[in-house]
Amino acid sequence: MAEIRSDFVGIKSPNPFWLASAPPTDKEYNVRRAYQAGWGGVVWKTLGLDPHIVNVNGPRYGVVYGADRRVLGLNNIELITDRPLQVNLDEIKAVKRDWPDRALVVSLMVPCEEHCWTEILAKVEDTGADGIELNFGCPHGMSERGMGSAVGQVPDYIEMVTRWCKAATRMPVIVKLTPNITDIRYPARAAKKGGADAVSLINTVSSITSVNLDTFSPEPSIDGKGSHGGYCGPAVKPIALNMVADIARDPETAGLPISGIGGVTTWRDAAEFMALGAGNVQVCTAAMTYGFKVVQEMISGLKLWMDDKGHADLAAFTGRAVPNVTDWQYLNLNYVTKARIDQSACIQCGRCFAACEDTSHQAIAMRVEGGGRVFEVIDAECVACNLCVNVCPVENCITMERLPAGTVDPRTGRVVSDRHEDWRTHPNNPGRVAAE
Amino acid sequence: MDGAAHRPGIAAGRLGAAEIAENFGDLHPPLDPHEAAVAADRCYFCHDAPCIAACPTGIDIPLFIRQIATGQPRAAAQTIFEANILGGMCARVCPTETLCEEACVRMTAEERPVEIGRLQRYATDAQMATGRHPFTRAAPTGRRVAVVGAGPAGLACAHRLAMHGHDVVVMDARPKGGGLNEYGIAAYKTVDGFAQAELDWLMAIGGIELRAGVALGRDVTLDGLAGEYDAVFLGMGLGAVNALACEGNDLPGVEDAVDFIARLRQSGDLTALPVGRRVVVIGGGMTAVDAAVQSKLLGAEEVTIVYRRGKPAMSASLYEQDLAASKGVRLIYNARPLHVLGNGRAEAVEFEYTADGPSGLHGTGETFTLAADQVFRAIGQTLVTGPLAGLDLDGRKITVDAAGRTSRRGVWAGGDCASGGADLTVTAVAQGRDAAESIHRALMG
Ligand SMILES: Cc1cc2nc3c(=O)[nH]c(=O)nc-3n(C[C@H](O)[C@H](O)[C@H](O)COP(=O)(O)OP(=O)(O)OC[C@H]3O[C@@H](n4cnc5c(N)ncnc54)[C@H](O)[C@@H]3O)c2cc1C
Ligand SMILES: Cc1cc2nc3c(=O)[nH]c(=O)nc-3n(C[C@H](O)[C@H](O)[C@H](O)COP(=O)(O)O)c2cc1C
Ligand code: SF4
Repeated sequence: MAEIRSDFVGIKSPNPFWLASAPPTDKEYNVRRAYQAGWGGVVWKTLGLDPHIVNVNGPRYGVVYGADRRVLGLNNIELITDRPLQVNLDEIKAVKRDWPDRALVVSLMVPCEEHCWTEILAKVEDTGADGIELNFGCPHGMSERGMGSAVGQVPDYIEMVTRWCKAATRMPVIVKLTPNITDIRYPARAAKKGGADAVSLINTVSSITSVNLDTFSPEPSIDGKGSHGGYCGPAVKPIALNMVADIARDPETAGLPISGIGGVTTWRDAAEFMALGAGNVQVCTAAMTYGFKVVQEMISGLKLWMDDKGHADLAAFTGRAVPNVTDWQYLNLNYVTKARIDQSACIQCGRCFAACEDTSHQAIAMRVEGGGRVFEVIDAECVACNLCVNVCPVENCITMERLPAGTVDPRTGRVVSDRHEDWRTHPNNPGRVAAE
Repeated sequence: MDGAAHRPGIAAGRLGAAEIAENFGDLHPPLDPHEAAVAADRCYFCHDAPCIAACPTGIDIPLFIRQIATGQPRAAAQTIFEANILGGMCARVCPTETLCEEACVRMTAEERPVEIGRLQRYATDAQMATGRHPFTRAAPTGRRVAVVGAGPAGLACAHRLAMHGHDVVVMDARPKGGGLNEYGIAAYKTVDGFAQAELDWLMAIGGIELRAGVALGRDVTLDGLAGEYDAVFLGMGLGAVNALACEGNDLPGVEDAVDFIARLRQSGDLTALPVGRRVVVIGGGMTAVDAAVQSKLLGAEEVTIVYRRGKPAMSASLYEQDLAASKGVRLIYNARPLHVLGNGRAEAVEFEYTADGPSGLHGTGETFTLAADQVFRAIGQTLVTGPLAGLDLDGRKITVDAAGRTSRRGVWAGGDCASGGADLTVTAVAQGRDAAESIHRALMG
């Protein structure tokens, strides 16, 4: 059986599934139950200075639903912990004592003054916690007070605070990044320069999930008003994957450990984050939606997949997809495919036809035959965009098939070559370089 | 109630009020909003959807389902009513398993169609609950049209004509309008007086006058109507039943199933409606199934449908046959009645097995006898042609073209009385609506 023990910047855990700093890790009661359920580690709900903050006393969440009220995206306006610092510290110490084999990282957010950080770090160190995570990500509420994403959006501040923390503690320092920024590589580089042991990302994406059309208030509505919140859950996974990959393949940050966060809901999501270079993953929304038990599916699914693929341990597949993430200009323009419809699997819904006919390249023909309908790809029109595959409700009914070298692409009339050719040498590229 | 269940002969009160209420509750209960959302989500919004083509009234099904999915069931209802003003009744009574739902691509995918009928009911119920009529009339045209028969065909025709601004007089021989919606459809398909409620809701468009108790051939004539009105639409359904050639057929206890059903539909208290302890139904259509199932639901102990051909030939759909079987009705195929036996009243029926040969159906000589206190004839309804002298007939129906025109100028027909339909509520609606459009063009052209 595959080994999924994880060692992330020296912090050991029986599996790579940690709960992200959020309500699931808000207090001792939750964290004990999370460990019992099998979570490999937790990042404790972000601590701040006393007097502790307060939360709104109305609803905190807005949701985007898919079919059957499946939660696709969650938005929140919760702040950091709303309990006294000492209560949290005592609980952390008690839990860590009882669960030495599980990872326990403490998330922190205090004002941008060095003494604030050094003082709280000493207190956290005393709990026996395994590491700290600097919350430079929270996009709402705390950012108005100059903390959270207000720091995360200024690389210089990230570097400065990281450096203070590294100087003040022996614990590994993980810097949690905000996605509310144009280019994620800058804050990651700053964290690295400041001496961070790792980055974790993403925190939530600034968002308004919906507007109540009776009251014209954004949701969640607090007495008729709403403020933007932070978006997370399955909907943000693509954003998070891209940012993780950007950092993993940036020469300046290559090798910097990454804790992948954002929409991890299944073992497969976790494997994808790790393939793109994350050393482990953190989960919030999936646990908030389904409870702690989801980790059992994640553990069993990951192990089984690793066994099937012959990956003996996490290192065997971590980062394996990174070399395959490239820039558009390097993509092979001689990779020519055509859509193929498996007639025996086709249920004749015609969605491929509507999509291609109305919005793509008029490359699907429909004819009536024997009382039913037959949909066929017109190779001379198909640009291989893949939209028909995406909208077809039957998995694998439409697939993309590569034209072998030497055949003629009926759309362009050109013979398909097996040489790699990309934009850099394309005749239409004004800045092309001569082919070697 | 003790002993009532087993009382011999034809008797009332075989079941108590609570059991009757349960038995005659909604066959397909309405979807709640969550169920509707889940059901609607299964629709793929097909291109040129096969379900639309399979609906005789051509309702834009994917569009109305999407309107439900996006939280606007009343917009969905509008889509439905534009094509089919009796969309509420059709949602309850259409054999969707052989119409829209059979064509659903989900049948190919997983043999479980989108629940189009129930979604249609969800939408139409939502609109009808507002109490408002969803259409307004065009400016008055001053034209007057006579409609004979207030069944689905006549009502659909009258409504469409009224929408176009014509004044319509609907005449029906029965004391109430609605046709078989009111007197024929199984009670558990249209509960809580829906047929009359729908009729009132439909009439609210204005411009339609319903004259109940007026029969063509008795109170008015076709020539008279043709002279008095600008156009005439005939939607009188099938007023007679096929005769059963079988001895003993006239014994007390033997009756046409449609009469029993009409009595049942009009009964205010089903515990007071008499039914046999042992019931035999002869026939193979929807009427046979409905008479049998409702007898069983009233508390008949043994109910048997005997059909002269095999299962696949039965005009009641497989779904209807299964429904009957699930209610405890026994179905015997390939047997024909020889005699109704009895001393002064029906006591049993003797049948002979049949086989299909080159020269048609013939008896095999092997017979069997079923005890029966009550026997229902359900071998089909037929057109009363008396008042229709001068109209061409196509077999046993009034000949009409695709627009509903009969052989007589100024006279249109649709529904069960006319050729081209399928003896269904929904085909009657489609024919009535299309005839109205044709009449409108003729009057305004
Ligand atoms: C027992 C039974 C169950 C059925 N179940 C279903 C079902 O579940 N689903 C389905 O789709 N279809 C069902 N049908 C068929 C459906 O009811 C008919 O196809 C439909 O009602 C036909 O509509 P129509 O308007 O043509 O005729 P009808 O509904 O028969 O209406 C004709 C009207 O004309 C009136 N009339 C007749 N003669 C005269 C006259 N001389 N003068 C004035 N008025 C006259 C009648 O009183 C009646 O009101 C069932 C039929 C029966 C008998
Ligand atoms: C209600 C709520 C509160 C959160 N609070 C914090 C917090 O205090 N500190 C923090 O670093 N991140 C916080 N987050 C962000 C999560 O830790 C995580 O980064 C984000 O939800 C993305 O992961 P997910 O898609 O698995 O939910 C919070 C998220 C939610 C939903
Ligand atoms: S791949 Fe794109 S262009 Fe080709 S058939 Fe499919 S939708 Fe049309």
